[in-house]
Amino acid sequence: MTTIHVNGRTYEVAVEADTPLLWVLRDTLGLTGTKYGCGIAQCGACTVMIDGTATRSCQVPVDSVGTADIRTIDAIDEDPVGRKVVEAWVATQVPQCGYCQSGQVMAATALLKSNPKPTDGDIADAMTNLCRCGTYNRVASAIRQAAG
Amino acid sequence: MNQLLSSKALSAVPLMRAEGVTNLSRRSFLGFGTSALVLGALLPGLPRIAQAADAAAVKPGTRVPAFLVIGKDNTVTLLSPFVEGGQGISTGLAQIVGEELDVHPSRFTVECAPPGPDYAVINGLRMTGGSFSTRSSYPLMRKLGATARDMMIRTAAKRLKVKPESLTTEDGHVVHAASGKKLTYGELAAEALALTPNDSVTLRDPATFRYIKQPVARLDVRAKSTGKAVYAIDQKLDGMLYAAVQHAPNLGTTVESVANEAAVAGMPGVHSVHRLPGAVAVAADSWWRARKAVEALQVTWSKPAATGFDTVAADYSSQGILAALKANTASGPSAEAEGDVAAAFANAAKVVEAEYDAPYLAHGQLEPPSSMARFNADGTLELWVPNQMPELFQSVAAQASGLPPEKVILHTPILGGFFGRHFLYGSSNPFLQAIQLAKATKRPVKVLWSREEEFRMDAVRPLSFSRFKAALDKDGRPTAIQVRTVGEGPIGRWFDSVFPGPVDSSAVEGITEKPYAIPNRSMEFVKVPHPVTIAFWRSVGHSMNDFFYEGFLDEIAVAGGRDPFELRMELLKDKPRHTKLLQTVAAMSGGWKRGPYEAEGGKRARGVSMASPFGSETATIAEVSIEGGETRVHNVWVAFDPGSIVNPAIVKSQVESAVALGLSATLFEELVYKDGVRQSHNFDEYPILSRRSMPAVHVEIVESGAPMGGVGEPGLPGVPPAVVNAVAALTGQRIRSLPLAKAKIDV
Repeated sequence: MTTIHVNGRTYEVAVEADTPLLWVLRDTLGLTGTKYGCGIAQCGACTVMIDGTATRSCQVPVDSVGTADIRTIDAIDEDPVGRKVVEAWVATQVPQCGYCQSGQVMAATALLKSNPKPTDGDIADAMTNLCRCGTYNRVASAIRQAAG
Repeated sequence: MNQLLSSKALSAVPLMRAEGVTNLSRRSFLGFGTSALVLGALLPGLPRIAQAADAAAVKPGTRVPAFLVIGKDNTVTLLSPFVEGGQGISTGLAQIVGEELDVHPSRFTVECAPPGPDYAVINGLRMTGGSFSTRSSYPLMRKLGATARDMMIRTAAKRLKVKPESLTTEDGHVVHAASGKKLTYGELAAEALALTPNDSVTLRDPATFRYIKQPVARLDVRAKSTGKAVYAIDQKLDGMLYAAVQHAPNLGTTVESVANEAAVAGMPGVHSVHRLPGAVAVAADSWWRARKAVEALQVTWSKPAATGFDTVAADYSSQGILAALKANTASGPSAEAEGDVAAAFANAAKVVEAEYDAPYLAHGQLEPPSSMARFNADGTLELWVPNQMPELFQSVAAQASGLPPEKVILHTPILGGFFGRHFLYGSSNPFLQAIQLAKATKRPVKVLWSREEEFRMDAVRPLSFSRFKAALDKDGRPTAIQVRTVGEGPIGRWFDSVFPGPVDSSAVEGITEKPYAIPNRSMEFVKVPHPVTIAFWRSVGHSMNDFFYEGFLDEIAVAGGRDPFELRMELLKDKPRHTKLLQTVAAMSGGWKRGPYEAEGGKRARGVSMASPFGSETATIAEVSIEGGETRVHNVWVAFDPGSIVNPAIVKSQVESAVALGLSATLFEELVYKDGVRQSHNFDEYPILSRRSMPAVHVEIVESGAPMGGVGEPGLPGVPPAVVNAVAALTGQRIRSLPLAKAKIDV
C-alpha cells in the first residue's frame, strides 16, 4: 500500500512501488484528465503539479512522491491561478484536438504560480510540452493574457 | 483525394480494403478464420448494409430525427456525420444547422452519430477526411435546419390554431407576435419531428446570417481546457480488463514460441496471456501491469523474407526503396498531358532537371490508439473505436466477430488528433485485437498501444519520389514541364476498387492540375507498391508534391534569371483568383522581397509558393534565417482562399495548425526504415515541431466566392516549398530531399 495526496484527498493505493504516478492517477483513481502521450517525459501530456512544480507524471514512480501535494487538471477549478489560466485558454480558443491541453494548462498554471509576470523567454523555457495541432502561439498568448 | 467527390463514389463497391498488403493473409491477421473481405456494407441502398430494410429509401442528410434530438428542456443535440478531432467540425455544424433552425450554436451538444445510412453525406459515402466535412454537408445541413424549423412552425400553428405564416422563430422558440404567445422547440419537438418534412423549405438569405461566417466560440474548448473531454483512451467499463500488446518487430511475421508464458501469467494483476496475429497481448487489472507483463514476454518470431520488395524484408530500408524508385525505368500511364513536350524540349534555350524525394512520416497524433470491446448479454458487440469511417469499422468488426452488422454497436469518441491516422489500415488499428481479447476473456477489454507500439504500427505517409525536367525559352520562361512520379499513394492502396484507374490521384496531386500557364506538360505515374502500410497524412499527396513542384519552379526561375515571385505572377496572369492570392500574401508580408537582407542582426530571406489542395487555393511566404547550421523560420504568411467559409476563427486556427505540421515535416520528420524495422520508437527519436521552432503565423482569408473548398488540410502544402525556397534564396543551397534537419546548411 502506498499513500498519496491528490487534489486535497488522501488515497491508499495497492500498486507496485515503481508504478508511474500517471497510471495510478488514470487507472487506479480514475482521474483521466491527465493524459498518456509518450511515457518517456518527452511530450508533457501527463503534466501534474507536485508541490507546485510542473512534473511529468509518466516518469514519477508512485513510491517517490511521499507526502507531496499532487494537483491534477481534474481539480484545476479549485486553484485561483488555474481558473485564470482556464479562462485565458477559453478566451484565446487555444485547444484544437485538446489532447495535450491538460498538460499545457498544468504547466502554465505552475509557471504563473511561481512567476506571475513571465517574460516571453520565461514562457519559452517553461512551456516545453508538445502539441501536434501546433497551438504554441495561442498557448503563449493565453499565458500572457492570464498574467494580465 | 478530391476525387472522392466525383460521382463514382456512389456506385463504388467494395470501398476500402481492410488489408492493403496483398501478400499478408487476412485470415492469419484476424485469427477469426474470416475470409477475404467484401466491404459492400458501407453504402446506403446496398443489400449488405445493416439497416438494409429501409436504407434504400434513405436520402442521406434529410431525415431530421436522425440528426436532431430536442429535449423537453429545449436542449438540442446534433448527431453529426463527422467525428471531431480538433478541426472544429462540431462547432461549424452547430453554426450551419443553428442558423437555419434558429438556435444559437452555443446551445448545441454535438455527438458523432452511430453508423447508419442517414450520415453518408459525402456523395453517398461517410468519412471524416479529405477536408470534405463542411464543404460536402453545408447545403444539406442548412436544408436540414430549415426543414426542422418548418416542422416546429407547422406544429405550433396547429397547437395555437393560427396560420403558419403568422409565426416566427427566435432562438429555439416559435413566436406568435400578434398574441405574444411563445412555445419552446422542446415543447413541440416530439410532434414536430414526426411530421412529414416539407420538401421545399426556404433557406435564410445569407445577407441575414447571424452565426454563419461569425467567429463563434468552439463548443469543446472549456472541456478540453479542464481535462473533462473524454477520448477513447479515457473510457472504462465495469469489469473491464486492460490489455497491452507487443507487436512483431518485422511487419508480417508471427509468433513462433513464447519462452516464459507461465512466468508472465503469474505476474501481479495478470489475467491472461494471448497470442494474436503478429502480436502477443496481456490482459490485466491495470494497463501498467499489462504493459510490464507483455514486455517481459520472451517471444520468438518467424523470420521475415531475406530480401525483396514484396514484403518488409530483413534488409528493407528507406534508402533501398528510394534507390529502387529512382532506378525504375518502367513506363507508366499519363497523369496529365498537354501540348507537344518533345518539340518544346527540342527548341529549348535551356533545360533544367532535378530529382525530389520525401520520407515516410508518422502521424504522431498525441493520443495513442486504443479500442474497447464488450460482448453484451443480448448478443451484440459494443465497440468504442477511434475512427474516421464508422460504417466501415462496423462492417469489418461484424465480419471479424461473425455477427451481422446490426449487432455491432459502434461508438466514435472524439479524437486526440488524427491527421489521417484513423482510417482503416489493416493491422495498424487496434480494434480487432480488442474484439479478439474480449471474446477470449469473456470480459470487456480496452486495448491501448504504448507510444512505442504506435511508432511500430502506425500507417505512414508514403516515401515519395519524382523526377522533374523543364524547357526554358530565351527569356527564362518555362515552355514545357515533364514529371515522372514513381511510387504509391493511399488511394490506390485502400480505395482501389473505387478508383481503379491507372493513375493514383493521391500520388500525383500537387504535381498535376497546377495553375501555371506552362503550355506543354507531360506527367507520368509509375506505380511501385511499397510493402509497408501506407496512409493518408494531412494533405495526402500534396504534403510532398507541392514541395517538389514549387521547389522545382524556383529552380526554373533561378535558371532563367527570373525572380520566383515575378515568374509566378507572369505564369498566373490569366488566373485572377491566384493572382489575387499572390498579391495578398505579398501585401501581408510588407511587399515581396526575396533577400537576403539584414534583420535583427542576422541575414534572412524569403520563399514563396502556391498550392491548390482540396478545392482551395493558397499562397504562402516563409521567412528564414540559418542559425548554427539549422533553419529557423521566423514568419509564415498564408493567403487562403477556400471559396467561402463558415467560421473565420476556426479557419484561421486550422491554417495555423496546418502550417505547424507542414513545418514540422519540413524541418524534422522522417520515419526511417533500416534492416527491416523502423528506427524511431518514440518522440525522442522522431522529433516533431516544438514551441522553440514555431514561427509567427499570419493568415488572411480571401473569400473568392468559388465553390467551397476544404479547410483542415490546405494550409500545409505551401509550407515546405516556401521554406525550402527561402533557404535557397539565403544560401544558394537547393534542398530536394526532406527533412532539412539531415542537410548541412551554411549561409
